[in-house]
Formats: sequence, structure tokens, C-alpha cells
Amino acid sequence: MKRACVAFWRGGDSALPGYRLALVVTLLWTGLFIALPLCALIIRPWQDGVGPVLAELHDTRMFAALWTSFFSAAVAALLNVPIGLFLAWMLVRGNLPGQRIADALIDLPFALPTAVSGITLATLYSPQGWLGYPLAKMGVSVAYTQWGIIIALMFVGLPFVVRTVEPVLKALPHEQEEAARLLGAKPWQVITRVVLAPLLPPLITGFGLAFARGVGEYGSVIFIAGNQPFKSEIAPLLIVVRLQEFDYDGATAIALVLLVISLAALAGIGVLRRRFSAWGAMP
Amino acid sequence: MSILIQNLVRHAPATERRLLDDVTLAVPSGAFVALVGPSGAGKTTLLRAIAGLDHYSSGTIDLDGNRLENLHDRAGKIGFVFQNYALFPHMTVARNISFGLDVLPREQRPTKAEITARVQDLLDLMQLSGMGKAYPARLSGGQRQRVALARALATGPGVLLLDEPFGALDPIVRRAIRTWLRTLHDQLGLTTILVTHDQEEALEVADRIVVMQQGRIVQDASPATLDEAPNTAFVMQFLGEVVSFSGHIKNGVFTPSERGVAPCAVSEKLESGPAELMIRPFEIGLRQGQGAHEQAVELALYSKRQGFCYYSAHLPQRTVPVFIYNTQEEGQTRLACAELEIQRGKLFRDGVRLQSR
Repeated sequence: MKRACVAFWRGGDSALPGYRLALVVTLLWTGLFIALPLCALIIRPWQDGVGPVLAELHDTRMFAALWTSFFSAAVAALLNVPIGLFLAWMLVRGNLPGQRIADALIDLPFALPTAVSGITLATLYSPQGWLGYPLAKMGVSVAYTQWGIIIALMFVGLPFVVRTVEPVLKALPHEQEEAARLLGAKPWQVITRVVLAPLLPPLITGFGLAFARGVGEYGSVIFIAGNQPFKSEIAPLLIVVRLQEFDYDGATAIALVLLVISLAALAGIGVLRRRFSAWGAMP
Repeated sequence: MSILIQNLVRHAPATERRLLDDVTLAVPSGAFVALVGPSGAGKTTLLRAIAGLDHYSSGTIDLDGNRLENLHDRAGKIGFVFQNYALFPHMTVARNISFGLDVLPREQRPTKAEITARVQDLLDLMQLSGMGKAYPARLSGGQRQRVALARALATGPGVLLLDEPFGALDPIVRRAIRTWLRTLHDQLGLTTILVTHDQEEALEVADRIVVMQQGRIVQDASPATLDEAPNTAFVMQFLGEVVSFSGHIKNGVFTPSERGVAPCAVSEKLESGPAELMIRPFEIGLRQGQGAHEQAVELALYSKRQGFCYYSAHLPQRTVPVFIYNTQEEGQTRLACAELEIQRGKLFRDGVRLQSR
């Protein structure tokens, strides 16, 4: 720490050009835009005493909304893992016509305003929609149920998985697979034993990103979710509801719980990722 | 296991260019063959074709008389060591080695204890005892090389294919592994094909050298034959440093077109006409003149190694290297002679060696 300070004031002998500038920008950014709002979020609920927070913690509607949010995000991210893996596989290894177009389309959920995705999905899956109508005939209702939420979250989360897996898959040396084949491994054994292991860390990262995005997703979900309390209401929506009721304590209390769980989940994913990439680390 | 390759042709993808041009090669059981040649000669392509990693347009490959059609026919019979080792980074050394046994169908797979014992044997054989639990990232280049070799040998293949296996190693490790590999080959009774661009490595380790150029086999012979009777000028050049003299053959005499080089007698049966004589620098002799005024060629010493004095001989147009074996302590720094003697050289016309038959 002391050395870092001294190095900062001298600024000189670092190999990084613009060291001082970089440090200032980094500190300002993380401080003003990340740490400060987080602190506010952590402190704000307790401003009116412990009472409102405790009261909010007894609110079963909040827990239902939290459960819906986290469960849907987890399921959507989990479903995105195999789909994203296949898509990345096709993009890297496949040699299909129109591959460039598919490549560009994958990023679309990133670029699309979430409300647009929401309306699109809601029209598609509503009981009168292109997909919703035949599904309804078969007795499956997607729109205005938890399945609707999961589909919306899968839609916005998929690019995270594809784009994290793709570069790793691209960099994977072909010789490893050839070596495995020559040693007598069947194609499925090559995939499960040789290819999948180095893809696990990026898959976990992709899962984590899709999950985090899913927990925070608002725009694309509310149109298709139906938003019935205790059934298809997501936590971010509940915050908005509370704000509209001028219940700022309640809103920040939900936000606090959301934050704590999200942080714990991300930490857990980080641990998992390190676990599965320990073999690459030098001692 | 013997390998028989017949009329193998492989085209470059989507073109008519031939990467392998009618390659025929018979490798008897127990042979140690080195495939040498410049980059792009098709050595690795041929090796990969034998291993079944690449498709070929036509031709056949037989292993002990059995036609090889696909990778399945080869599984466990052919061990392949890649240039960059291609170890599985997420598996320990032991798991890497046992991979070929682990993937066997249950009814063929040895028991866990047998696999562990086999891995231990291989680790001992490769002088890697105690490294079984390490991950490849922790190993040195030479160790990775040996793990790759152990992995290729775990299923007990009769054929070992090595693609430039020493490329990434430093010279000392390289030499040690080379000798050790030869011992291993003899000890296990393998049939080995080694691809290398280093002709010295090939000459040292293999008992047969296959020289390739532009997808074709130019010469397939023992190191001694290659030295004594290279088929083409390319083979002669590829196997070591050469000095070439252009000249003319007439009535059993080769007359160099340069001054300072003595004409030499050749077989009278050789057809007259222009020819090129190629000679190794240590085969060049010095012919002394009568008096001081006749000493036309001057030689200057520039280096001394392993009993040889390295001179550069100043001919009127150029400087050529001349190595002279010198048992005395001191080599003279300057020498002079009337003419260079090139009796031991080999004659080529249009790149092909002239034979006096």
C-alpha cells in the first residue's frame, strides 16, 4: 500500500504509460459509480430504523417475487448453457451458409431495447400469437406464466453464453481432439473428456453473466410475465410497485436483499469457475 | 508391425495441387525411418495420412497386411506424438497416459489396478516416476515430450509416429531424448517413423532415411548410401554443406570452368557435356605447385573444431570453404596451393547424379 502510494506520487517507474491517469480514472470510476451507490443502497434501508426493514422481511410477497426472479434467472441461464454451447460450436466449427448472418443475429438481444424484446415476445407467445396460438391449442400456456419469464430471460441471456464460449472454443487446439481420436476415443468421448473440460470455465462465466442479467432484467420480462403477485411477479417489478406506492423503505429493502443474494451468487459462481480451471494454474 | 504405403495421392483442398504425389513406401517391422525434407515437402502430410488424420484422394495403406480404412482400424495400434505434444491440460500426467485405456469399451478395458500398474510402468520407463499427479502446465518441455510418448505407448501400439518431436526442445535435452528414443525403439520392438527437418537428427537416429521434396520421395536409403550415392543434387545439398563447381565432361575428364580448380578424371563411359560437381568441404584436397609463383590459391584459417581446420579458399570469382583434417596442435593460419583437388566430388547433370554404368 505504502509502496503503491509512493509509486503514485512519483508516478515514474511504472511500465504502464499514464500510470497516474489510469489510477485516478480507476479509483474515481469504481468509487463514484460502483462503491458509492452500493454503500447508499446498503445504508439507506436502515435510515428509518430497523423496523421497516424487518417489516419488509416479513413480506411474503417480496419473497415470492425474489424466488420468481432468482429461480427463473437460474433456470433460464442453465437452459442457455447447452444451447449457447451448441450455437458457439456451430459458429466456430460449422461451415454453414449464412453463418455470418447467424453470427450477427446472436448479438441482437444485446442491441435491442429490452422493452422491444418484451413486446415482441409477448406478441409471439400471447394466446393469439404465432407461437402462442398453437401452443395454447396443445394446452401449453407460455405468456403470463413463469415459463414466459424464463423464455424472456433465455432470450436476453443467450449471447452471454455464446460470446464467452466462442473465443475459448476457437483457441482450442485441434491436435488434442486428434490425439484423443487416435487413442481410440469415440467422438462423444472426445467431446465429454477432452473438449468440455476447457470449456467449463467459460460456460460457468457465461452462466454467471446470463444469470446476473436475468436477475436484473425488467423491460423484456414485464410484458410477458403477467405480473401476478405471488405467481409471476419479479423482484425488480416489485421495487417499481413499491416506489409507485411511495414506500421507499420497502423498495430499498427489497433492493438490499436482491443485492446480497446477487453478490453471494456471483461469489459462488466465481469459486466454481476457479475450481474448474485449477489445472491451468501454475503452482 | 510393417507398414506398406502404395501410390498415395493427396490433393490440396479444392485444388489440383498434389500434397502427396504417388508416394509408395514399405517400412518393414522394427525399422526406424526418418522422413526428411524442406518445409512443405509433404512429410507431415504423409505422417498424418498414415495415422488416418487426413483423407487422401487415392492409394492404400496396409498395416501388417491389413488395409487401413479409417481411424477405427488404427485405434490402439498406432501411437502418434504431435509436434506440440497435444497433452490434455485438464488431466493429470497419469490420466493423460491412461487415456487410451480409459476410453476402451468396458469389456476390453483393463481393471483399475491394471491401468494404474501400466501407468506406473510407463512413468518409470519415461523416467517420470513421481510425476503422475502433476498437471502438464507444471512440466518442462522435455517432460511433456515424454508424457506424450508414454500416452502414445500406453495401448501397446506396434507403430510409433513422431511429428517433429524434438522441435521445441533445447539442444542438450534434444540430444539426450534422441538417443534415449532410439534405445526405447529397440527395447520395445517398435516400428517408428519420425518426421524431422533436421537432417543430422535423422542421420543419427534412423536406420533409413526417406528424403521428400514437393510431395514426392526423392530417395529412400540408409544414411551411408545417402552419403555415398545421393540420387539428386537436392539430396546431396540437403544432407550437408556442399561446394559446387560447374564444368564440362569430355573424354573421361571433368574440367571445371573456374581457374584454381584442378580437372579430375571421371569414368570414360560418362556422356560428354556440361555437368556440375558437388563436393563436401572436407573432401576438397590441395595440390601443391612447383614454385612460389605457382601458388595461385590462397587459404585463410577462420575456425578450428574437432580436429578440422576451417579455411576459406580464395578463388578468382568467389570464396569456398575447405576443411582440412589436422592432427597437429597448431593449424597454419595461411596456406597456399596451386589448385584445389576435387577428385572425391559427385557429378550431377540437370540435378540428377551421373552414374558410370
